[in-house]
Amino acid sequence: MNTIPLDLQIVNALAALLLLLSFSMLSQRRIVSLVNLLAMQGLLLTVATLMVAWRTGETHLYLSGLLTFALKVLFLPWLLHRLIRRLEVYWDTEPLLNIPGTMLVGVLIVVFAFGLAQPIAELASETTRNSIGIAVAVILLSFLMMITRSKAMSQVVGFLSMENGLFFGAMSTTRGMPMVVELGIALDILVAMLVLGVFFFQIREQFDSLDLHHLESLKEGD
Amino acid sequence: MNWLNWLDQFIEVLVALAAAPLLLGWVNMCRAWLQNRSAPSLLQPYRGIRKLLHKDAVLAHNASSLFRIAPYIIFGTMVAAAAMIPMLGTRLPFTAAADAIALVGLFAAARMFLSLAAMDVGTAFGTLGARREMMVGFLAEPTLLMVIFVASLMTATTALPLIAENLAAAQLAIHPSLLFTAVAFAMVMLAENARIPVDNPATHLELTMIHEAMLLEYSARHLALMEWAAALKLFNYACIGLALFVPWGLASNGDPIRLGLAIVLLAGKLAVIGAGLALIETLSAKLRVFRAPEFLATAFLLAVLGLLVRLLQVAR
Repeated sequence: MNTIPLDLQIVNALAALLLLLSFSMLSQRRIVSLVNLLAMQGLLLTVATLMVAWRTGETHLYLSGLLTFALKVLFLPWLLHRLIRRLEVYWDTEPLLNIPGTMLVGVLIVVFAFGLAQPIAELASETTRNSIGIAVAVILLSFLMMITRSKAMSQVVGFLSMENGLFFGAMSTTRGMPMVVELGIALDILVAMLVLGVFFFQIREQFDSLDLHHLESLKEGD
Repeated sequence: MNWLNWLDQFIEVLVALAAAPLLLGWVNMCRAWLQNRSAPSLLQPYRGIRKLLHKDAVLAHNASSLFRIAPYIIFGTMVAAAAMIPMLGTRLPFTAAADAIALVGLFAAARMFLSLAAMDVGTAFGTLGARREMMVGFLAEPTLLMVIFVASLMTATTALPLIAENLAAAQLAIHPSLLFTAVAFAMVMLAENARIPVDNPATHLELTMIHEAMLLEYSARHLALMEWAAALKLFNYACIGLALFVPWGLASNGDPIRLGLAIVLLAGKLAVIGAGLALIETLSAKLRVFRAPEFLATAFLLAVLGLLVRLLQVAR
């Protein structure tokens, strides 16, 4: 354990913090703080990307780090904050499972994810392959968040954090995807976010609320 | 130089006994400063204990002998723990017994007697306090064990002095798992010592109190011992935290100069911890009792995450 170089240690620490942030998102009831946590996750991702870029000397990773910063730390949180203000949704309702329960399920998910990632990590040659387990865990935890929350807003935050996990996994294990793919994903997220923003307004207009349980019944007036 | 080791051990216990109320006084002082109040004297806890020792004890009519011996047992447990925890040296005679799991057991024994004594007289407040204490305890204990397991995993031993020695000797590196467990430990420390997010040590007349509710029936020397034991418990927890997370500067053998140095260092570390504790207590509001499990679940989660991250990042 003494042979790990410092930059790798930092990437590992960032990975652990990413996991921690996922848990704090799971436990957060206020949507504004949820968005702030998402921005923090983006920031960690940026730092991790830049660290990996510096380590491997891949120039396009610097670019993707800057893209991450612009999109996930500045633009998307700004957009979400604006939506929150205009839709006036500040609190999520009590999640499906109470919060300590969700956390315990989350711990089980982390164990599952680490077990799942073990054989994959053994195939990877990079030294950052430890991050694979954490990336899978972040993705599954975001899934859990999307499942247990009922407000559309927190589900979108879960979706974005899932993308963060995917990005982290790809970045840390494969020295980054080709630039075209990365640009494509970034654009996808952007467009998805804008479309979802429009959806929010439509949903609220129809149901006077952003609670997605209203969408579960097909007919009106049940 | 066996007798020198025993002398050091004796000094360590004396230091713990003398410094525990001082730490409490320091925390109260910092808290008062942070809250713009004029601070009580640093020696206030000693004065309280002295005053209580001079009073005559009053016992309830139906108090059993358990009620009377409980303060001595609890105080004795805390002194034993103080003797075992490597606060000054790692190779003192008693520290050989400082298996971390045994230490957690010692604290559990103290908690059990405290709760039994609180229920003994049968007042509503005592029972309520005891139940809440047990609730906090059963959530805090696994967390404490988990925190210790992470350190044990890193050093391959559960003996606290050896953990401290190995961690101090290890090469400096970033350990996210230790970071997580340090936060978890701080949360457990707050909960176990009835500090603010879980319990308010300054309140006496509220339905939310936990620790104070259990002491309501005690007076005079019994109360003095209970309060001294509470101060010792805080001191012990601080020292366990130091041994786990800031293990540098402990004397390894009975060398008097190193020991003196260790005392000075310990004072410095405890001053920082006390100030930090006061800061946390000032910044946070007391949680509703029903939120306390959530607080402790978070601590447990942090500890488990530390463990998992540790397992993941070492397995290869």
